[in-house]
Amino acid sequence: MRGRLHNPIVEGVSSFLVPFIQIFALYVITHGHYGPGGGFQGGVILAASMMLLRLTLGEEYEHRTFSPKLAGIVAAVGILIYAFAGLVPLAWGGNFLDYAHLPIPGLSSAELRYHGILIVETGVGMVVWGTLVTLFDHLIGSEP
Amino acid sequence: MNHLPVLIPITLLFSAFFIPLAGFVKRELAFVIALAGVFLSLLFSAAGLFTVITAGEIRYHLGGWPPPVGIEYALDGLSAFMATVVTSVGTLVLVYSRRSILREVPERFVPMYALLMLLLAGLCGIIVTADLFNLFVFLEIASLSAYALMAVGDERGSLASFRYLMLGSIAGSFYVLGVGFLYFSTGSLNMADVAQLLPAVHHSRAVVAAVILIFTGLGLKMALFPLHLWLPDVYTYAPSAVSGLIAPLMTKVAAYAIVRMSLTVFQPHYLHDVLPVTPVIAWLGAAGILYGSIMAIAQSDFRRMLAYSSVSQIGYIGLGIGLANPLGLIGALLHILNHAFMKACLFLVAGSIRFRTGRWKVSSFAGLGRKMPWTMAAFTVAALSMVGIPPAAGFFSKWYLLLGGIDRGNWFFVATILLSSLLTAVYFFRVLEQVYAVHSREPSTPVIPSDPPASMLLPTVILGVGVLVLGLLNSVIVSRILEPVAAALK
Amino acid sequence: MMRFAMNYYDLMTAALLVIGLYGMVGKRNLLKKVIGMNIFQTAIFLFFIQGGTKPGATVPVWDPRIASEAAGYINPLPHVLILTAIVVSVATTGVALALLITIYRRYGSLEEATILERMRKSS
Repeated sequence: MRGRLHNPIVEGVSSFLVPFIQIFALYVITHGHYGPGGGFQGGVILAASMMLLRLTLGEEYEHRTFSPKLAGIVAAVGILIYAFAGLVPLAWGGNFLDYAHLPIPGLSSAELRYHGILIVETGVGMVVWGTLVTLFDHLIGSEP
Repeated sequence: MNHLPVLIPITLLFSAFFIPLAGFVKRELAFVIALAGVFLSLLFSAAGLFTVITAGEIRYHLGGWPPPVGIEYALDGLSAFMATVVTSVGTLVLVYSRRSILREVPERFVPMYALLMLLLAGLCGIIVTADLFNLFVFLEIASLSAYALMAVGDERGSLASFRYLMLGSIAGSFYVLGVGFLYFSTGSLNMADVAQLLPAVHHSRAVVAAVILIFTGLGLKMALFPLHLWLPDVYTYAPSAVSGLIAPLMTKVAAYAIVRMSLTVFQPHYLHDVLPVTPVIAWLGAAGILYGSIMAIAQSDFRRMLAYSSVSQIGYIGLGIGLANPLGLIGALLHILNHAFMKACLFLVAGSIRFRTGRWKVSSFAGLGRKMPWTMAAFTVAALSMVGIPPAAGFFSKWYLLLGGIDRGNWFFVATILLSSLLTAVYFFRVLEQVYAVHSREPSTPVIPSDPPASMLLPTVILGVGVLVLGLLNSVIVSRILEPVAAALK
Repeated sequence: MMRFAMNYYDLMTAALLVIGLYGMVGKRNLLKKVIGMNIFQTAIFLFFIQGGTKPGATVPVWDPRIASEAAGYINPLPHVLILTAIVVSVATTGVALALLITIYRRYGSLEEATILERMRKSS
């Protein structure tokens, strides 16, 4: 995927930008429930940062830092977070996905729902991140 | 247990999530988890059906939010009935699938089961939901899994699946466009709520456009003539277990969605008297019956013949829905149940023949009646039921459709049903003749075909016996389950 | 005058729908069909979002300095519905591209006529 000429400008700029992209993505995920954003959007931006690195620095380098297997694990953990946020209220007397019955002590019902949304948004962000990176690797990249 | 409406799709969804993880560890675990998931969902569906018959419908609010603010799931007579049909056929075909997938596409064993569970989860989700947009989400989940499943294996399957993808995404988009029109006219997405708010805006152009868009989208998913063009290629080139699961279930769940739209959202009075929607569906159904039967006679590939036969049977269901009287609706719903069992049995037989002999042309089936006795016995029962010979189940659903047609006074429909039974007899008896009456003229092969292994034979035989049992028990099914549903049409 | 503003968006939605349908049905290259599908779905997103707007209302982010009751904010529910629909569209495009890769590997071309001819030859 990467050209035979190593261009220092491209490599330098993308390596410099990627941390800022990722922090912006985390901002988008955590501010999703009272501003534009949310799990899906933040996950896509995170995946885009990974794709930028794969395109500019080459797959051999990138697969050492964020391998396709790690992407799969991240996606699976994200789904499990969402699944447990949905199933745990079932055991504690509420309906499915009823965050007011999450067993976190010391918070009122409204605050529990507020934090419940944040938990599932994080889960969704991780799922989208892992899935899009896996899609990119399978469709375009070549696995080592 | 009032969590039942959400547990039916959730068990399937979570087993779909765990299968890839377990498949990493040990390949066989994927099959075990899949079978456990669908069997658990079957138990929940049966419990739901029992609860609905004895106690009444169950309404469930997701997240604790009451409608119209939140998403609602509902188990009433119609959805509990459909959920039981889908999960029971799903369990039997899943038992069958293990040897079949190992023979046809072994390298994709684990992903196939994950996709199969996602497909079943999507179908069950369509059945239990009572929210218009949630139905779209589950419809797309089921459709995407179907697109992926049908492309595995035979290389011609990829192009057929791509065509299905194009048409299917148009259908889903039409449906969501229609839901958008409904939402902007009434302000709610909940089915029962929209039904209450709709009479005030009956005659606005937005609602008429919504009706047309929703029924066109769902009709394409249901393969109602002339929107059936994607069906024959897709059923022919899919792996045997996949077509055994999709052919009986996917189009029937889309038909269920049409029934749900007609009964609950747009009340039947609106669809028959104000806008002529149900007569159009009835005429298209009748055309599909004749077209499917005639095309099936012309086929030489066994599975293609079954695919065109499916188009014809879906025409029956469309006719039943379009008649818009209680007898017609009972006939359509009973036919959904019967056809699911009959078609599953037929496609499993086709897969068994492919498993043992690798052949798919009807002309090469000579002498199989002696070599694969149990499989062909199940095939015979299913074929007789498709033609409509009592006491097999097919006779009773056609009987109700005939009564519904006579009730409506439309003799053309009555003649169509009778004529198509004759046409069905033509193409099925041709296969039966090859199987039983023609002696095989080929030299003895090194591998003599025999009945497939028990894990494949048992579901086929159970489905065949089930067809007979459903026929004998049809009066119980109609009186306890279906008549309360159709009472809404009186 | 509200009708006129609505008509502007309705025209755009209709134009995009027709362009997308033409791409899906009229073009012979499979990849152009996928792009047509994307344009078609984008038209539907546009329709949903413009349906939720109100004259003189602001974006649905709570700010008591700008507006204090619900009538001052546009309807956020269509936005949420469109988020879900966008995810569905991405997944559908992913499946379509995977199918295209399979077809290309087997038949060596993405033109429908060439594929059908090679299919006929090989069967």
